[in-house]
This record gives sequence, C-alpha cells and structure tokens, in this order.
Amino acid sequence: MSLLEMKDIVKEFPGVRALDGVSFTLEAGEFHSLVGENGAGKSTLMKVLSGVYPVGTYEGDILIDDTVRTFRTIRESENAGVSIIFQELSLVKELTVGENIFLGQAPAKFGVIDWSRLYHEATVLLQDLHLDIDPRVLVGNLGIGQQQLVEIAKALSKNARILVLDEPTAALTESEVETLFGILRKLKERGVGMIYISHKLDEVFKMSDRITVLRDGKTVGTQAAADMTRDQVIAAMVGREVGDIFPKPDHKFGDTALEISGLDVYSIDVPDKKLVDNVGFSVRRGEVLGIAGLMGAGRSELLSGIFASWQGRYSRKITVGGTPATISSPADAISHGIGFVTEDRKRFGLILEQTILDNMTLAGLQKISGRFVTDRMRETIAANGPMKSLRIKANSTMTIAGTLSGGNQQKVVLGKWLLINPKILFLDEPTRGIDVGAKQEIYAEINRLAKEGMAIVLVSSELPEVLGLSDRVIVLHEGHITGEFTRSEATPEKVMAAATGNQ
Amino acid sequence: MSDEKKSILSGQTLRAYIMIAVLAMIWLYFHWATGSIFLTARNLSNLMSQMSVTGVLAVGMLMVIVSGNIDLSVGSVLGFAGGIAAFMVTTMEYGLPTAILAAIVVSIAIGLLQGALTAYLNIPAFIVTLGGLLAWRGAVKWLLGGSTVPISDKTFMAIGQSYVGPMAGWAIAAVAIAFVVFMAIRRARSVKELGLGEANYTGELLKSIVPIGGIIIFIWVMNAYDDKGVPIPVLIFVAVALVGGFLTTSTTFGRYLYAIGGNADAARLSGINNKRNVLKVFALMGALTGLAALIFAGRGSSATPDAGTLKELDAIAACVIGGASLVGGRGTIFGACLGALIMASLDNGMSLLNVRDFMQDIIKGSILVAAVGLDMAGRKRS
Ligand SMILES: Nc1ncnc2c1ncn2[C@@H]1O[C@H](COP(=O)(O)OP(=O)(O)OP(=O)(O)O)[C@@H](O)[C@H]1O
Ligand SMILES: [Mg+2]
Repeated sequence: MSLLEMKDIVKEFPGVRALDGVSFTLEAGEFHSLVGENGAGKSTLMKVLSGVYPVGTYEGDILIDDTVRTFRTIRESENAGVSIIFQELSLVKELTVGENIFLGQAPAKFGVIDWSRLYHEATVLLQDLHLDIDPRVLVGNLGIGQQQLVEIAKALSKNARILVLDEPTAALTESEVETLFGILRKLKERGVGMIYISHKLDEVFKMSDRITVLRDGKTVGTQAAADMTRDQVIAAMVGREVGDIFPKPDHKFGDTALEISGLDVYSIDVPDKKLVDNVGFSVRRGEVLGIAGLMGAGRSELLSGIFASWQGRYSRKITVGGTPATISSPADAISHGIGFVTEDRKRFGLILEQTILDNMTLAGLQKISGRFVTDRMRETIAANGPMKSLRIKANSTMTIAGTLSGGNQQKVVLGKWLLINPKILFLDEPTRGIDVGAKQEIYAEINRLAKEGMAIVLVSSELPEVLGLSDRVIVLHEGHITGEFTRSEATPEKVMAAATGNQ
Repeated sequence: MSDEKKSILSGQTLRAYIMIAVLAMIWLYFHWATGSIFLTARNLSNLMSQMSVTGVLAVGMLMVIVSGNIDLSVGSVLGFAGGIAAFMVTTMEYGLPTAILAAIVVSIAIGLLQGALTAYLNIPAFIVTLGGLLAWRGAVKWLLGGSTVPISDKTFMAIGQSYVGPMAGWAIAAVAIAFVVFMAIRRARSVKELGLGEANYTGELLKSIVPIGGIIIFIWVMNAYDDKGVPIPVLIFVAVALVGGFLTTSTTFGRYLYAIGGNADAARLSGINNKRNVLKVFALMGALTGLAALIFAGRGSSATPDAGTLKELDAIAACVIGGASLVGGRGTIFGACLGALIMASLDNGMSLLNVRDFMQDIIKGSILVAAVGLDMAGRKRS
C-alpha cells in the first residue's frame, strides 16, 4: 500500500498539454525527487495534487491510502495531510512569522485569537526545527532564505503526512540548506513522505530514495537513486547527452568597458549603514567578471547602485568606455549600453499578465519600435530573435509571461536585455530555478556574448557557476571586497575563505 | 503557433462581443418598453450627446486606471473649470477663447498638481484626488458664490448643443473611411516589407468592412434626426476616443502606462520613468476634464455650483464595466467607451420610462456590481 498514488494525470491549459498521463507513487517515509526540464510539468503535477487545480480540471486519479481523493481547494488537500511549499513564496510580508505560520488556523477561543498561545506554539515549532527566528518579527524583514524556512515551518504546523517542496533551496545559503536537510531527515524518520523538486542534482542525489524524471509532461521513469548516475538523470531529463555544462572560455579582452570607483550604497531602513563600502573595480570588453559572496554580502546592492535602480542613497564614480558617465536613472544606464538582468524575475523582471512580446521589448521599446509611435510588427520580429536563440518554450510571442515555466520566464528577462544591444551586461542570479539543459544554454549564451566583446558582470550564489564562467572573480564580504582572483587562481576554497571573511 | 494567438485574441474579442450583445439587449429592451421610442434617430442622437461628457472623462480615466491610479476629483474639477469659463464669459465679459483657454489651463494645472503629489510625494492617488474632490467643489462654490451663472454666448452654447450639417457629416465619413482603408493597405504592405509573408490586401480590406459599415450607419442615423447631422459634443467625444485609443495601443506612452500598472518595479528597472509618466497621465486627465467641462456647461447653458457631481463615479464605472482592472495594467479605451454608452443608455432609457430618481441610482449601482462580478467569475473559470 502506497501513501500516495497519482494515476494517469492529464492536465491541459489552452494550447498546452502540461501533463500527459503522468503516474507517480510515494511511500511513507520516502524522499522522492521529481526532476525535469523547465516546463516539464513538475509544478503543475504538484498543483494538481494539492487542489490548486480542483478536481474536474484534470483527468486521472489521486489516491491517498488507497482511497480516491477529490480535492476542490488547497484546504481540502491540507486536511488530507498534503502540505505544499510552492516555488513562489506565499507568505504575507506584512504579518509576523507567527501569524504567517498559523494563517487561517490560529488558535482561538470564540473567534478571538489567543496571541500568547499562538506565539508560544510558533516558538516551540521553530525551536523544534532548530531555527533561530523570532516569531514576532515581520516576515518582510527576514532574508529570503529565512522566509523559505518559515514557509517550511508553516507547512509542518499542519501535521503533514505528504510534504511537497518545490525548489525550496533556490534561495538558501549552504548552511541554510544543511539546516533544511536536517529537518527533512527527521521528518523522514517520523514517516512523512516527501516529494522534492529541484534542479540541483547534487541535493537530489544526496537525499533521495527514488527519483522520477518528467519530460514534456510525461513520466520518463522512476528508479532508486542508488541505481542511477547523474549523467543518466540528465540525459533522461533533456532527452540527449549533456556534456560539460560550462563552455570552454577563449575570451579576448579589449579595452576597459566599465570602471567603478568609490561605490557606497546605503541601507534604506538604517540611513547610515553602508551595504556596499567604497568598492571599486573594472571590467574589460570580452571579459566575464564574477562577483561571489554570501547572501547579504551586498552583491545585488552593488549592481543596483551602479544601475541607479537602488532606492536608497548611493554614490560612486563611473567611467564607461574610458569617458566619465553620469548615471542617475536606469534610463541613463541603458543609454550608456548597460543591461541588468535582475534577480527575482517575478518581482523585478516581468509583467506577468502581459505577453512575452510586451515584456521583451519593454526596455528597448523606443529603439525597437519607435520613439513615440510603436510598431507591433517590428517588435514581433525583434522578439522572435531571443525567442529562437534562447529556445524559449512557448507557442508564440503572444503567450502570457505568467503562464511560462520558471526557466522560460528567466529567458524572457534575459531576452529583454539582449534586445537593447548592451555593451555591458549585469546578470544577477541568472540561472536561479533553471534546469541543466537551459543552464547550459544560458552559459553558452553568456560565453558567446563575451566572445562578441560584451563586458559581463555576473552575480551568483552558485559557486560552481561563478568559477565555471568567470575570467576573474571578486569576492564581497559585508560590503567590502575581500579577494580578487583570476580564473586560474580561483578555487572554491579560496573564494569561500574570502567570502566568509577568513583570510 | 497560431493556436495560442487565437485563444488569447478570442479572450479579448469575446469580451467585446459580449459587451456589444449586452448593449444590444439593453437597447432592444428599452425600445420595446418605451413603445418604440428608444431606437429612433432623435433619441439616439440625444443619447450620444448625453454620453459625450462621461465618454470624454472615461477616456482619461481609463488611462489613469491602467497606470494603477485613480482620479476621484474629475467631477469637482469639471464643475470648477465650467465655472471659470462661465464666470469669465458672463460675469467678467472676457472673450470666449480666453475663457476656454483659462478653463483648460486650470484643469491641466490641477492635473499636474495632483499628479505631482501622487508621483513625486508618493501620496496615494486615491487620497490626493479624494482631497481634490472636496477642495475643487469648494472652489467652484466660492467662485460662483453659490449661485448659477447663465451662459448666453452662442458659440459657447454651440460646443454643447449644435450640430455639424449632414453634408459635413458625410465629408467626415469619407475622410474616416479613407483613413481606415489606408491603414488596412499599410498593414498589408508592412507584412511584406518586414518579410513576414505576402501582402494580403483582400484580407485586410475585408476586415475593414465592419468599421466602414459602422461609420456609414452612424452618420446616417445622426443625419436622420431632422437632418441636423452629428452633434458637436459627439464629434468631440469621438475625436477624444480615437486619440485615446491611439495613445494606449500604438504609442510608447501607452505601453509604459500598462507596464507601470502591471508591475511598477519591473517598469522602473526597464528604464521607464514611472513618475513622469504618472504625472503626464494626470495632466492628460486634467485636459480632458476641462474639455468635458466646456461641453457640460455648453449643454446646460450655465455653470452651477454642483455641476459634475458624481461624474467621477460614472467615468470609473464606465471603465470598470468595460473591463478595466482597478489594480492597474488592464483595460481598453474601446471597453471604457462601450461602458460609458451602457451607462448613458441606462440613464436615457430609464428617464424615458419615468423610473423614479432613486430607483435609477439603485439599478445603476446594482448593474455595476453585477457586471464586475460576472466578469470576475468568467476570468476565474478560464
Ligand atoms: N496557468 C497556466 N496557463 C497556461 N499554461 C501553463 C500554466 N501553468 C503552467 N503552464 C504550462 O505548463 C507547462 C508546465 O509548467 P510547470 O510550471 O509545471 O513546469 P515545471 O516543470 O515546474 O518547470 P520549472 O522547472 O521551470 O519550474 C509549461 O509549458 C507551462 O508553460
Ligand atoms: Mg516549477
């Protein structure tokens, strides 16, 4: 008897068959990973399981403890023991950690919330998970990694028997990941079945009992993790062999494209706190400059400070192509040929309800389409460029961006910036939540752009990515540069030492 | 590739068809209930004149709403601007052009002020314009000293009451049709020039049949009312709607408004100057309010202290019935105009039926809520 069995699930959206007869089983106490390319249907399958897509909007059966379940709401699936942590965080930023954990199920007498009990229980729950988070803090004040852990605490407060984690570690630091895995191991002992979705195959292999591979809405196969190799899984996901995912670098460096000196970026909440302190660096044409550092080291702030999109105070001197440049708005930055693929595509990158076309041409609209009067035809032709070169999986440029899978959304954001023909490109976490195949494509694209003479500044939390792509790496620790390495010097040990401030 | 395209298009066009069908049902019902008075040339001409003020306001409001803002002050500003024009012409005996200019300039200035407070001081538009709703109503009461100022200037009255003759109507029709045909040919040609395929002239021309038919029927009906032709206020409204439609669908400014309303952060990071565009849209709203004020005063041959009261709600309702989202990022000029026409049809039909005042308000209010409710239900399902 399986804890969970999903049989022949079919789910269609207008024009897309997202799931095409997927079957899946989960045993009690099992850690079962679900992997596949962007758009393979992983998140959709979990949304079917958890009642986000109510019964009747899909075909096939869901059985828990061998009885058919028909969920019409998330609530109903929760009551049956299914708890899901969505790919997109779903906490309310304006509420406290405790309020979020017990959202909709707060301990109450006669409809009046028992606050001391709520915070007491929240404290117990957090301690149980060895999380050092004050339940009275507003969620919005936590870093994204801690928010993720709160989300997990929230899922556990519901006494889940089936716990679904959709890319929970995308925004976590290494130590946070370890904390999470510790928690998951304990849950496993308690007999909780876990479905784990991730593009990080190291994690998948480290934790899984079984692995199921999805491709194009179909199950490719399910096997014990011990019986599979990394390359086999990748091949099954992508449907082809994927060699070395990092391209061979053969960049020719030109003149200095961008030079920054004396960059200070101040905190928005605490006026005199410097998040970036007197940072200076330069990047040459044809060079990929990696910026490594831990979460909160000030990497994104550094980029926003240069791009003039930081909403607090900042100051710096900028030279573009050898001449001093005044950049006091993103529009200025763009006119100097700087593009900025921002992190968090849903918040900063995309207008989710608009089409791929509308999104992609936004930054370069006046150049692509016309200064005042726009021309859809010309825009369509322009957008079709990245659509093809980045292999965005969508029916046409008229597809709504919000309906794309995470990886394809990311490619749309990248496409938007390629359409301004940048000379200098900032990339902030460009492959977060992206599958190996797409990663390889994006890496190849980065390499190609550098070869064509573009100067690239890359921020990433994934160390292998920074090391694999960068010609030079600078390391940030609490707003200061604590190390600079050439490609041959940069080893994971040295970079980590600099990133943690131990030298 | 065309699959998805069709399904999205059908989503938008479907809602347009549904609205047109609803309008047709309302018209047929009133025609039947009024004993065949509603759908006469005379009443339709009246109806169009009546909707022109709300229509002009709705065009501006739609753009404000798309940008994620709202303007609650337009009714009061309309009263104030109309008051200024009437006061200058009648009481101070200035020439009409000066008075018109003053009314429009003041309206734009108010728009700029409210836009600046919203965009640059980050005060929510709802609050800024709620303050405006009170303050500008106070201003008009002060200006007119609580009494009505009559307008006897013939040209001023003409803005709200007169007609362009039948021949002029046909001339306008000819120009409009020529334009529609020109655009169709241009579209077909650009397909070829941009290398997207062969130029399909017949196809594009066939698509033009509906607008051309619409233009002819419209002019014909307007002329049929005692051979008077198209009412001037209607002409102004149609011109405003065309400009609004062009701005929202075919300019960078329009695209920026949708982007800002859709995701302000993403828009800002894409190099859009959100603040300046919000300022612009409020200024535009101001200009259109000034224009609407002149029509309103001209139609009534007077300026009154309570002119335009609740007009902001008519304009907002028109946008919302027409599918605009108050969160921003969604809505069309076409929808807002249809919404205004539906609202005006209800007013007109219920007056013909002698429905009591309070009943009219109750019915209009219920229809507004029902329309949005049905729309939401429809959206959820798809
Ligand atoms: N609401 C929706 N409307 C239309 N299509 C959708 C919708 N949600 C998902 N899809 C489509 O269904 C397919 C599967 O998407 P899904 O989000 O399940 O992918 P995924 O495997 O989770 O990818 P990722 O690794 O990028 O998160 C994609 O082609 C996607 O575009
Ligand atoms: Mg997903």
